Amino acid sequence: MVRTWNVASGVARRTLKNALFNPQIAIPTIAFPLFFFAAFAGGLSQVAEVPGFDFPPGYTAFQFVFVLLQAAAFGGVFTGFGVARDFEGGFAKRLLLAAPHRSGIVLGYALAAFVRWLVVAVLLTVVAFAVGMNVLGGPVDLLGLYVLAALVNFCGFFWAGGVAMRLRTIQAAPLMQMPVFLILFFAPVYVPLDLLQGWIEGVASVNPVTYLLETGRGFLNGDPPHVLGAFALAIGLGAAFWTWAFLGLRKAEAAGA
Amino acid sequence: MSSALPQVTAIARRSVVRTSRQPASVIPPLVFPVVLMAVNAGGLRSSTDLPGFPTTSFLAFALAVPFIQGALFSTMNAGTDLARDIQTGFVNRLSLTALRDWALLVGQLAGVVVLGIVQVVFYIVVGLTAGVRFESGIGGIAVLLVYGALVALSFGALGAWLAFRTGSGETIQALFPVLFVFLFISSMNAPRNLIGVDWFRIAATLNPVSYMIECVRSLIITGWDWQALGLGFGFVILLGIVSMALASRALRTRLTRT
Repeated sequence: MVRTWNVASGVARRTLKNALFNPQIAIPTIAFPLFFFAAFAGGLSQVAEVPGFDFPPGYTAFQFVFVLLQAAAFGGVFTGFGVARDFEGGFAKRLLLAAPHRSGIVLGYALAAFVRWLVVAVLLTVVAFAVGMNVLGGPVDLLGLYVLAALVNFCGFFWAGGVAMRLRTIQAAPLMQMPVFLILFFAPVYVPLDLLQGWIEGVASVNPVTYLLETGRGFLNGDPPHVLGAFALAIGLGAAFWTWAFLGLRKAEAAGA
Repeated sequence: MSSALPQVTAIARRSVVRTSRQPASVIPPLVFPVVLMAVNAGGLRSSTDLPGFPTTSFLAFALAVPFIQGALFSTMNAGTDLARDIQTGFVNRLSLTALRDWALLVGQLAGVVVLGIVQVVFYIVVGLTAGVRFESGIGGIAVLLVYGALVALSFGALGAWLAFRTGSGETIQALFPVLFVFLFISSMNAPRNLIGVDWFRIAATLNPVSYMIECVRSLIITGWDWQALGLGFGFVILLGIVSMALASRALRTRLTRT
Protein backbone atom coordinates (compact mmCIF):
# COMPACT_ATOMS: atom_id res chain seq x y z
CA MET A 1 0.00 0.00 0.00
CA VAL A 2 2.79 2.38 1.00
CA ARG A 3 4.76 1.50 -2.13
CA THR A 4 1.70 2.06 -4.32
CA TRP A 5 1.24 5.46 -2.70
CA ASN A 6 4.92 6.30 -3.26
CA VAL A 7 4.55 5.57 -6.97
CA ALA A 8 1.21 7.39 -7.20
CA SER A 9 2.43 10.51 -5.43
CA GLY A 10 5.60 10.63 -7.54
CA VAL A 11 3.68 10.32 -10.81
CA ALA A 12 1.08 12.85 -9.62
CA ARG A 13 3.75 15.36 -8.60
CA ARG A 14 5.54 15.13 -11.94
CA THR A 15 2.27 15.31 -13.94
CA LEU A 16 1.07 18.31 -11.96
CA LYS A 17 4.37 20.10 -12.40
CA ASN A 18 3.94 19.75 -16.16
CA ALA A 19 0.23 20.56 -16.13
CA LEU A 20 0.32 23.62 -13.89
CA PHE A 21 3.71 25.19 -14.60
CA ASN A 22 4.08 24.64 -18.34
CA PRO A 23 2.18 27.59 -19.85
CA GLN A 24 1.42 25.70 -23.07
CA ILE A 25 -0.52 23.11 -21.06
CA ALA A 26 -1.71 25.23 -18.14
CA ILE A 27 -3.24 28.09 -20.15
CA PRO A 28 -5.73 26.01 -22.18
CA THR A 29 -6.67 23.99 -19.09
CA ILE A 30 -7.52 27.10 -17.10
CA ALA A 31 -8.65 29.41 -19.89
CA PHE A 32 -11.09 27.18 -21.76
CA PRO A 33 -13.58 26.68 -18.87
CA LEU A 34 -13.51 30.41 -18.13
CA PHE A 35 -14.12 31.24 -21.81
CA PHE A 36 -17.01 28.80 -21.95
CA PHE A 37 -18.46 30.22 -18.73
CA ALA A 38 -18.14 33.81 -19.99
CA ALA A 39 -19.59 32.96 -23.39
CA PHE A 40 -22.50 30.90 -22.09
CA ALA A 41 -23.43 32.77 -18.91
CA GLY A 42 -22.71 36.21 -20.41
CA GLY A 43 -23.66 35.87 -24.06
CA LEU A 44 -26.74 33.74 -23.55
CA SER A 45 -28.18 35.32 -20.40
CA GLN A 46 -31.37 36.30 -22.24
CA VAL A 47 -32.16 32.61 -22.75
CA ALA A 48 -33.50 32.74 -19.17
CA GLU A 49 -36.32 34.88 -20.59
CA VAL A 50 -37.48 32.12 -22.96
CA PRO A 51 -41.06 31.10 -22.06
CA GLY A 52 -40.96 27.98 -19.90
CA PHE A 53 -37.42 28.49 -18.60
CA ASP A 54 -37.67 27.99 -14.85
CA PHE A 55 -34.47 27.92 -12.84
CA PRO A 56 -34.75 30.26 -9.83
CA PRO A 57 -30.98 30.72 -9.14
CA GLY A 58 -30.65 32.26 -12.63
CA TYR A 59 -28.82 31.59 -15.87
CA THR A 60 -25.31 32.11 -14.46
CA ALA A 61 -25.85 29.27 -11.97
CA PHE A 62 -27.50 27.18 -14.71
CA GLN A 63 -24.37 27.45 -16.87
CA PHE A 64 -21.94 27.19 -13.94
CA VAL A 65 -22.93 23.58 -13.34
CA PHE A 66 -22.37 22.63 -16.98
CA VAL A 67 -18.98 24.35 -17.14
CA LEU A 68 -17.92 22.79 -13.81
CA LEU A 69 -18.76 19.28 -15.06
CA GLN A 70 -17.18 20.04 -18.44
CA ALA A 71 -13.98 21.24 -16.76
CA ALA A 72 -13.99 18.09 -14.63
CA ALA A 73 -14.32 15.82 -17.65
CA PHE A 74 -11.72 17.69 -19.70
CA GLY A 75 -9.32 17.91 -16.75
CA GLY A 76 -9.34 14.11 -16.92
CA VAL A 77 -9.06 13.98 -20.70
CA PHE A 78 -6.15 16.46 -20.81
CA THR A 79 -4.32 14.33 -18.23
CA GLY A 80 -4.91 11.41 -20.59
CA PHE A 81 -3.02 13.43 -23.25
CA GLY A 82 -0.10 13.54 -20.81
CA VAL A 83 -0.22 9.75 -20.42
CA ALA A 84 -0.10 9.35 -24.21
CA ARG A 85 2.81 11.81 -24.41
CA ASP A 86 4.69 9.88 -21.71
CA PHE A 87 4.24 6.61 -23.61
CA GLU A 88 5.19 8.20 -26.93
CA GLY A 89 8.31 9.80 -25.47
CA GLY A 90 9.46 6.61 -23.75
CA PHE A 91 9.10 8.00 -20.21
CA ALA A 92 6.28 5.58 -19.38
CA LYS A 93 8.48 2.64 -20.36
CA ARG A 94 11.06 3.68 -17.76
CA LEU A 95 8.22 4.26 -15.30
CA LEU A 96 6.88 0.73 -15.84
CA LEU A 97 10.36 -0.69 -15.24
CA ALA A 98 10.93 1.37 -12.10
CA ALA A 99 7.55 1.15 -10.36
CA PRO A 100 7.18 -1.74 -7.88
CA HIS A 101 3.39 -1.39 -8.03
CA ARG A 102 2.26 -0.38 -11.50
CA SER A 103 -1.30 0.32 -10.43
CA GLY A 104 0.26 3.30 -8.62
CA ILE A 105 1.09 4.80 -12.02
CA VAL A 106 -2.58 4.95 -13.03
CA LEU A 107 -3.62 6.17 -9.59
CA GLY A 108 -0.95 8.88 -9.75
CA TYR A 109 -2.23 10.18 -13.06
CA ALA A 110 -5.80 10.06 -11.69
CA LEU A 111 -4.72 12.04 -8.63
CA ALA A 112 -3.06 14.62 -10.86
CA ALA A 113 -6.24 14.89 -12.96
CA PHE A 114 -8.24 15.51 -9.80
CA VAL A 115 -5.91 18.24 -8.45
CA ARG A 116 -5.76 19.80 -11.91
CA TRP A 117 -9.55 20.02 -11.98
CA LEU A 118 -9.65 21.26 -8.38
CA VAL A 119 -7.50 24.27 -9.32
CA VAL A 120 -9.85 25.10 -12.20
CA ALA A 121 -12.93 24.49 -10.01
CA VAL A 122 -11.72 26.92 -7.34
CA LEU A 123 -10.97 29.57 -9.95
CA LEU A 124 -14.30 29.03 -11.71
CA THR A 125 -16.20 29.20 -8.42
CA VAL A 126 -14.48 32.45 -7.42
CA VAL A 127 -15.29 33.99 -10.82
CA ALA A 128 -18.91 32.75 -10.65
CA PHE A 129 -19.50 34.28 -7.23
CA ALA A 130 -17.69 37.46 -8.28
CA VAL A 131 -20.15 37.93 -11.17
CA GLY A 132 -23.10 37.42 -8.84
CA MET A 133 -24.07 33.76 -9.11
CA ASN A 134 -27.02 32.88 -6.87
CA VAL A 135 -27.04 29.63 -4.91
CA LEU A 136 -30.26 28.51 -3.23
CA GLY A 137 -28.83 25.22 -1.95
CA GLY A 138 -26.95 24.80 1.32
CA PRO A 139 -23.37 23.71 2.02
CA VAL A 140 -24.32 20.02 1.76
CA ASP A 141 -25.83 20.65 -1.68
CA LEU A 142 -22.66 22.41 -2.80
CA LEU A 143 -20.56 19.56 -1.47
CA GLY A 144 -22.76 17.15 -3.41
CA LEU A 145 -22.18 19.13 -6.60
CA TYR A 146 -18.39 19.08 -6.21
CA VAL A 147 -18.32 15.36 -5.33
CA LEU A 148 -20.42 14.65 -8.43
CA ALA A 149 -17.99 16.72 -10.53
CA ALA A 150 -15.02 14.88 -9.01
CA LEU A 151 -16.59 11.58 -10.08
CA VAL A 152 -16.99 12.99 -13.61
CA ASN A 153 -13.30 13.96 -13.47
CA PHE A 154 -12.33 10.36 -12.64
CA CYS A 155 -14.57 9.05 -15.44
CA GLY A 156 -12.93 11.47 -17.90
CA PHE A 157 -9.44 10.46 -16.86
CA PHE A 158 -10.02 6.70 -16.75
CA TRP A 159 -11.62 6.85 -20.20
CA ALA A 160 -8.80 8.91 -21.75
CA GLY A 161 -6.08 7.08 -19.82
CA GLY A 162 -7.43 3.74 -21.05
CA VAL A 163 -7.27 4.96 -24.65
CA ALA A 164 -3.79 6.45 -24.11
CA MET A 165 -2.39 3.21 -22.67
CA ARG A 166 -3.83 1.18 -25.51
CA LEU A 167 -2.68 3.40 -28.39
CA ARG A 168 0.36 5.01 -26.68
CA THR A 169 0.51 8.01 -29.03
CA ILE A 170 -0.62 11.61 -28.75
CA GLN A 171 -2.25 11.16 -32.18
CA ALA A 172 -5.00 9.40 -30.23
CA ALA A 173 -5.98 12.76 -28.68
CA PRO A 174 -9.09 13.26 -30.88
CA LEU A 175 -10.27 9.76 -29.92
CA MET A 176 -9.99 10.69 -26.24
CA GLN A 177 -11.53 14.13 -26.65
CA MET A 178 -14.30 13.91 -29.24
CA PRO A 179 -16.58 11.34 -27.52
CA VAL A 180 -16.39 13.33 -24.28
CA PHE A 181 -17.10 16.57 -26.10
CA LEU A 182 -20.08 15.04 -27.90
CA ILE A 183 -21.64 13.36 -24.87
CA LEU A 184 -21.36 16.63 -22.92
CA PHE A 185 -22.89 18.78 -25.65
CA PHE A 186 -25.64 16.27 -26.46
CA ALA A 187 -27.04 17.06 -23.00
CA PRO A 188 -29.31 20.03 -22.13
CA VAL A 189 -26.47 22.58 -22.14
CA TYR A 190 -28.37 25.82 -22.78
CA VAL A 191 -31.93 25.12 -21.67
CA PRO A 192 -33.64 22.47 -19.49
CA LEU A 193 -34.55 19.16 -21.11
CA ASP A 194 -38.25 20.02 -21.47
CA LEU A 195 -37.41 23.05 -23.62
CA LEU A 196 -35.33 21.06 -26.11
CA GLN A 197 -36.96 20.21 -29.41
CA GLY A 198 -36.23 17.89 -32.32
CA TRP A 199 -33.39 15.37 -32.52
CA ILE A 200 -31.40 16.88 -29.64
CA GLU A 201 -34.32 16.30 -27.27
CA GLY A 202 -34.33 12.58 -28.14
CA VAL A 203 -30.58 12.27 -27.74
CA ALA A 204 -30.48 14.28 -24.50
CA SER A 205 -33.27 12.15 -22.98
CA VAL A 206 -31.11 9.01 -23.13
CA ASN A 207 -27.78 10.73 -22.45
CA PRO A 208 -26.47 9.87 -18.95
CA VAL A 209 -24.86 13.32 -18.69
CA THR A 210 -28.38 14.80 -18.69
CA TYR A 211 -29.08 13.16 -15.33
CA LEU A 212 -25.78 14.34 -13.87
CA LEU A 213 -26.47 17.89 -15.11
CA GLU A 214 -30.02 17.94 -13.77
CA THR A 215 -28.86 16.73 -10.36
CA GLY A 216 -25.96 19.21 -10.33
CA ARG A 217 -28.28 22.09 -11.22
CA GLY A 218 -30.72 20.85 -8.61
CA PHE A 219 -27.98 21.11 -5.96
CA LEU A 220 -27.63 24.86 -6.72
CA ASN A 221 -31.41 25.18 -6.66
CA GLY A 222 -31.60 23.43 -3.25
CA ASP A 223 -33.88 20.76 -4.66
CA PRO A 224 -31.78 18.11 -6.44
CA PRO A 225 -33.71 15.49 -8.43
CA HIS A 226 -32.68 11.80 -8.65
CA VAL A 227 -29.59 12.22 -6.42
CA LEU A 228 -29.11 8.50 -5.75
CA GLY A 229 -29.54 7.68 -9.43
CA ALA A 230 -27.01 10.32 -10.51
CA PHE A 231 -24.39 9.17 -7.99
CA ALA A 232 -25.02 5.51 -8.82
CA LEU A 233 -24.58 6.37 -12.50
CA ALA A 234 -21.37 8.34 -11.91
CA ILE A 235 -19.90 5.63 -9.66
CA GLY A 236 -20.95 2.91 -12.13
CA LEU A 237 -19.37 4.74 -15.05
CA GLY A 238 -16.28 5.43 -12.93
CA ALA A 239 -15.96 1.70 -12.10
CA ALA A 240 -16.38 0.74 -15.77
CA PHE A 241 -13.76 3.24 -16.93
CA TRP A 242 -11.46 2.23 -14.03
CA THR A 243 -11.58 -1.33 -15.38
CA TRP A 244 -11.02 0.00 -18.90
CA ALA A 245 -7.94 1.94 -17.75
CA PHE A 246 -6.40 -0.95 -15.80
CA LEU A 247 -6.98 -3.32 -18.73
CA GLY A 248 -5.22 -0.65 -20.84
CA LEU A 249 -2.28 -0.77 -18.42
CA ARG A 250 -2.12 -4.55 -18.85
CA LYS A 251 -2.08 -4.09 -22.64
CA ALA A 252 0.72 -1.55 -22.35
CA GLU A 253 2.69 -3.95 -20.14
CA ALA A 254 2.11 -6.79 -22.57
CA ALA A 255 3.28 -4.62 -25.46
CA GLY A 256 6.41 -3.65 -23.52
CA ALA A 257 5.16 -0.03 -23.77
CA MET B 1 6.92 39.48 -61.79
CA SER B 2 6.78 36.85 -64.55
CA SER B 3 9.74 35.02 -62.97
CA ALA B 4 7.99 35.07 -59.61
CA LEU B 5 4.82 33.43 -60.90
CA PRO B 6 6.31 29.91 -61.22
CA GLN B 7 7.74 30.32 -57.70
CA VAL B 8 4.35 31.24 -56.29
CA THR B 9 2.70 28.39 -58.21
CA ALA B 10 5.23 25.82 -56.96
CA ILE B 11 4.90 26.87 -53.33
CA ALA B 12 1.10 27.06 -53.65
CA ARG B 13 0.95 23.58 -55.18
CA ARG B 14 3.11 22.24 -52.36
CA SER B 15 0.89 23.93 -49.78
CA VAL B 16 -2.33 22.55 -51.30
CA VAL B 17 -0.92 19.03 -51.72
CA ARG B 18 0.48 19.00 -48.20
CA THR B 19 -2.83 20.17 -46.72
CA SER B 20 -4.85 17.66 -48.74
CA ARG B 21 -2.56 14.82 -47.64
CA GLN B 22 -3.13 15.53 -43.96
CA PRO B 23 -6.64 14.45 -42.92
CA ALA B 24 -5.99 16.10 -39.54
CA SER B 25 -5.68 19.45 -41.34
CA VAL B 26 -8.73 19.01 -43.56
CA ILE B 27 -11.35 17.12 -41.56
CA PRO B 28 -11.51 19.07 -38.24
CA PRO B 29 -12.00 22.49 -39.92
CA LEU B 30 -14.88 21.00 -41.92
CA VAL B 31 -16.57 18.76 -39.37
CA PHE B 32 -15.99 20.33 -35.96
CA PRO B 33 -17.70 23.70 -36.66
CA VAL B 34 -20.66 21.91 -38.24
CA VAL B 35 -21.06 19.56 -35.26
CA LEU B 36 -20.92 22.51 -32.87
CA MET B 37 -23.43 24.39 -35.02
CA ALA B 38 -25.82 21.41 -35.02
CA VAL B 39 -25.57 21.09 -31.25
CA ASN B 40 -26.09 24.82 -30.71
CA ALA B 41 -28.96 24.94 -33.20
CA GLY B 42 -30.69 22.08 -31.38
CA GLY B 43 -30.05 23.41 -27.89
CA LEU B 44 -30.81 27.05 -28.56
CA ARG B 45 -33.80 26.64 -30.87
CA SER B 46 -36.13 27.94 -28.17
CA SER B 47 -34.22 31.25 -28.01
CA THR B 48 -35.87 32.19 -31.32
CA ASP B 49 -39.00 32.70 -29.17
CA LEU B 50 -37.36 35.75 -27.58
CA PRO B 51 -38.98 39.02 -28.68
CA GLY B 52 -36.78 40.71 -31.28
CA PHE B 53 -34.88 37.58 -32.36
CA PRO B 54 -34.18 38.19 -36.06
CA THR B 55 -35.23 34.79 -37.45
CA THR B 56 -37.39 31.81 -36.60
CA SER B 57 -34.62 29.36 -37.55
CA PHE B 58 -31.70 29.14 -35.14
CA LEU B 59 -29.85 27.01 -37.66
CA ALA B 60 -29.93 29.91 -40.16
CA PHE B 61 -28.71 32.21 -37.40
CA ALA B 62 -25.93 29.84 -36.34
CA LEU B 63 -24.76 28.98 -39.85
CA ALA B 64 -22.58 32.10 -39.90
CA VAL B 65 -20.38 30.86 -37.06
CA PRO B 66 -18.61 27.99 -38.89
CA PHE B 67 -17.36 30.48 -41.50
CA ILE B 68 -15.27 32.25 -38.86
CA GLN B 69 -14.56 29.20 -36.69
CA GLY B 70 -13.21 27.39 -39.75
CA ALA B 71 -11.00 30.42 -40.41
CA LEU B 72 -9.49 30.04 -36.94
CA PHE B 73 -8.51 26.51 -37.90
CA SER B 74 -6.96 27.99 -41.07
CA THR B 75 -4.85 30.27 -38.89
CA MET B 76 -3.61 27.31 -36.90
CA ASN B 77 -3.00 25.16 -40.00
CA ALA B 78 -1.13 27.87 -41.87
CA GLY B 79 0.94 28.72 -38.83
CA THR B 80 1.71 25.14 -37.89
CA ASP B 81 2.70 24.17 -41.45
CA LEU B 82 4.99 27.16 -41.79
CA ALA B 83 6.47 26.60 -38.33
CA ARG B 84 7.22 23.02 -39.34
CA ASP B 85 8.99 24.35 -42.46
CA ILE B 86 11.08 26.57 -40.22
CA GLN B 87 11.80 23.83 -37.67
CA THR B 88 12.78 21.28 -40.33
CA GLY B 89 15.08 23.77 -42.09
CA PHE B 90 12.98 24.00 -45.28
CA VAL B 91 12.84 27.79 -45.05
CA ASN B 92 16.62 27.87 -44.50
CA ARG B 93 17.15 25.89 -47.67
CA LEU B 94 14.72 28.11 -49.58
CA SER B 95 16.65 31.18 -48.47
CA LEU B 96 19.66 29.83 -50.40
CA THR B 97 17.63 29.77 -53.64
CA ALA B 98 16.46 32.60 -55.87
CA LEU B 99 12.96 32.42 -54.34
CA ARG B 100 11.56 35.83 -53.47
CA ASP B 101 10.39 36.14 -49.89
CA TRP B 102 6.90 37.40 -50.77
CA ALA B 103 6.47 34.49 -53.20
CA LEU B 104 6.94 32.11 -50.27
CA LEU B 105 4.28 33.94 -48.28
CA VAL B 106 1.77 34.25 -51.13
CA GLY B 107 2.29 30.67 -52.26
CA GLN B 108 1.85 29.34 -48.75
CA LEU B 109 -1.35 31.30 -48.26
CA ALA B 110 -2.77 30.00 -51.55
CA GLY B 111 -3.13 26.59 -49.94
CA VAL B 112 -5.01 28.12 -47.03
CA VAL B 113 -7.34 29.99 -49.39
CA VAL B 114 -8.12 26.81 -51.33
CA LEU B 115 -9.05 25.05 -48.08
CA GLY B 116 -11.04 28.15 -47.05
CA ILE B 117 -13.12 28.00 -50.23
CA VAL B 118 -13.69 24.26 -49.78
CA GLN B 119 -14.88 24.98 -46.23
CA VAL B 120 -17.30 27.68 -47.37
CA VAL B 121 -18.77 25.43 -50.08
CA PHE B 122 -19.15 22.66 -47.49
CA TYR B 123 -20.92 24.94 -44.99
CA ILE B 124 -23.24 26.32 -47.68
CA VAL B 125 -24.15 22.79 -48.85
CA VAL B 126 -24.78 21.72 -45.23
CA GLY B 127 -27.01 24.77 -44.71
CA LEU B 128 -28.98 24.22 -47.90
CA THR B 129 -29.37 20.51 -47.15
CA ALA B 130 -30.67 21.32 -43.67
CA GLY B 131 -33.28 23.62 -45.18
CA VAL B 132 -31.72 27.03 -44.61
CA ARG B 133 -32.96 29.60 -47.13
CA PHE B 134 -30.39 32.22 -48.14
CA GLU B 135 -32.29 35.51 -48.20
CA SER B 136 -29.70 37.12 -50.51
CA GLY B 137 -30.12 34.33 -53.07
CA ILE B 138 -27.48 33.07 -55.52
CA GLY B 139 -25.77 36.47 -55.53
CA GLY B 140 -25.36 36.26 -51.77
CA ILE B 141 -23.84 32.79 -52.03
CA ALA B 142 -21.33 34.13 -54.58
CA VAL B 143 -20.46 36.96 -52.17
CA LEU B 144 -20.03 34.38 -49.39
CA LEU B 145 -17.48 32.51 -51.51
CA VAL B 146 -15.46 35.70 -52.05
CA TYR B 147 -15.79 36.61 -48.38
CA GLY B 148 -14.75 33.10 -47.32
CA ALA B 149 -11.60 33.35 -49.46
CA LEU B 150 -10.78 36.75 -47.97
CA VAL B 151 -11.36 35.51 -44.42
CA ALA B 152 -9.10 32.49 -45.03
CA LEU B 153 -6.42 34.74 -46.54
CA SER B 154 -6.53 37.23 -43.67
CA PHE B 155 -6.55 34.63 -40.89
CA GLY B 156 -3.97 32.56 -42.78
CA ALA B 157 -1.69 35.62 -42.93
CA LEU B 158 -2.16 36.00 -39.19
CA GLY B 159 -1.07 32.38 -38.73
CA ALA B 160 1.91 32.96 -41.04
CA TRP B 161 2.97 35.98 -38.98
CA LEU B 162 2.80 33.92 -35.78
CA ALA B 163 4.85 31.18 -37.45
CA PHE B 164 7.57 33.50 -38.75
CA ARG B 165 7.65 35.33 -35.44
CA THR B 166 7.83 32.27 -33.17
CA GLY B 167 9.13 29.49 -35.44
CA SER B 168 7.39 26.97 -33.20
CA GLY B 169 4.33 24.87 -34.01
CA GLU B 170 3.72 24.16 -30.33
CA THR B 171 3.59 27.87 -29.52
CA ILE B 172 1.06 28.44 -32.28
CA GLN B 173 -1.11 25.60 -31.00
CA ALA B 174 -0.91 27.14 -27.53
CA LEU B 175 -2.16 30.45 -28.95
CA PHE B 176 -5.32 28.75 -30.19
CA PRO B 177 -7.33 29.50 -27.00
CA VAL B 178 -6.33 33.15 -27.27
CA LEU B 179 -7.86 33.36 -30.74
CA PHE B 180 -10.88 31.45 -29.51
CA VAL B 181 -11.59 34.19 -26.98
CA PHE B 182 -12.46 36.50 -29.85
CA LEU B 183 -14.97 33.98 -31.16
CA PHE B 184 -16.56 33.28 -27.78
CA ILE B 185 -16.84 36.92 -26.73
CA SER B 186 -18.80 37.89 -29.82
CA SER B 187 -22.35 37.77 -31.14
CA MET B 188 -21.87 34.13 -32.19
CA ASN B 189 -24.79 32.78 -30.13
CA ALA B 190 -27.05 35.81 -29.72
CA PRO B 191 -27.72 39.11 -31.50
CA ARG B 192 -25.87 41.91 -29.72
CA ASN B 193 -29.08 43.76 -28.86
CA LEU B 194 -30.33 40.63 -27.05
CA ILE B 195 -27.23 40.15 -24.90
CA GLY B 196 -28.41 40.99 -21.40
CA VAL B 197 -25.06 41.22 -19.60
CA ASP B 198 -23.62 44.71 -20.10
CA TRP B 199 -19.89 43.90 -20.07
CA PHE B 200 -20.42 41.07 -22.52
CA ARG B 201 -22.48 43.24 -24.88
CA ILE B 202 -19.82 45.97 -24.81
CA ALA B 203 -17.02 43.45 -25.40
CA ALA B 204 -18.96 41.86 -28.26
CA THR B 205 -19.58 45.31 -29.78
CA LEU B 206 -15.86 46.15 -29.62
CA ASN B 207 -14.88 42.75 -31.01
CA PRO B 208 -14.34 42.80 -34.81
CA VAL B 209 -15.23 39.09 -34.98
CA SER B 210 -18.85 40.06 -34.18
CA TYR B 211 -18.98 42.10 -37.41
CA MET B 212 -17.32 39.32 -39.42
CA ILE B 213 -20.02 36.90 -38.23
CA GLU B 214 -22.84 39.44 -38.72
CA CYS B 215 -21.70 40.02 -42.31
CA VAL B 216 -22.25 36.34 -43.15
CA ARG B 217 -25.41 36.23 -41.05
CA SER B 218 -26.91 39.20 -42.87
CA LEU B 219 -26.55 37.45 -46.23
CA ILE B 220 -28.32 34.38 -44.83
CA ILE B 221 -31.16 35.82 -42.76
CA THR B 222 -31.60 39.47 -43.84
CA GLY B 223 -30.69 39.82 -47.50
CA TRP B 224 -28.53 42.73 -48.61
CA ASP B 225 -27.58 44.71 -45.51
CA TRP B 226 -24.92 47.08 -46.82
CA GLN B 227 -23.84 48.25 -43.38
CA ALA B 228 -23.22 44.69 -42.16
CA LEU B 229 -21.45 43.86 -45.42
CA GLY B 230 -19.30 46.99 -45.25
CA LEU B 231 -18.26 46.36 -41.65
CA GLY B 232 -17.58 42.65 -42.25
CA PHE B 233 -15.54 43.16 -45.42
CA GLY B 234 -13.84 46.21 -43.89
CA PHE B 235 -12.59 44.38 -40.80
CA VAL B 236 -11.50 41.31 -42.78
CA ILE B 237 -9.57 43.44 -45.30
CA LEU B 238 -8.02 45.46 -42.48
CA LEU B 239 -6.98 42.27 -40.67
CA GLY B 240 -5.54 40.96 -43.95
CA ILE B 241 -3.50 44.10 -44.65
CA VAL B 242 -2.11 44.30 -41.11
CA SER B 243 -1.37 40.56 -40.95
CA MET B 244 0.30 40.53 -44.38
CA ALA B 245 2.48 43.49 -43.44
CA LEU B 246 3.47 41.86 -40.14
CA ALA B 247 4.06 38.49 -41.81
CA SER B 248 6.23 40.05 -44.57
CA ARG B 249 8.30 41.89 -42.01
CA ALA B 250 8.69 38.79 -39.81
CA LEU B 251 9.64 36.72 -42.86
CA ARG B 252 12.37 39.20 -43.83
CA THR B 253 13.71 39.06 -40.28
CA ARG B 254 13.54 35.27 -40.28
CA LEU B 255 15.45 35.02 -43.59
CA THR B 256 18.04 37.54 -42.41
CA ARG B 257 18.57 35.54 -39.22
CA THR B 258 19.14 32.37 -41.20
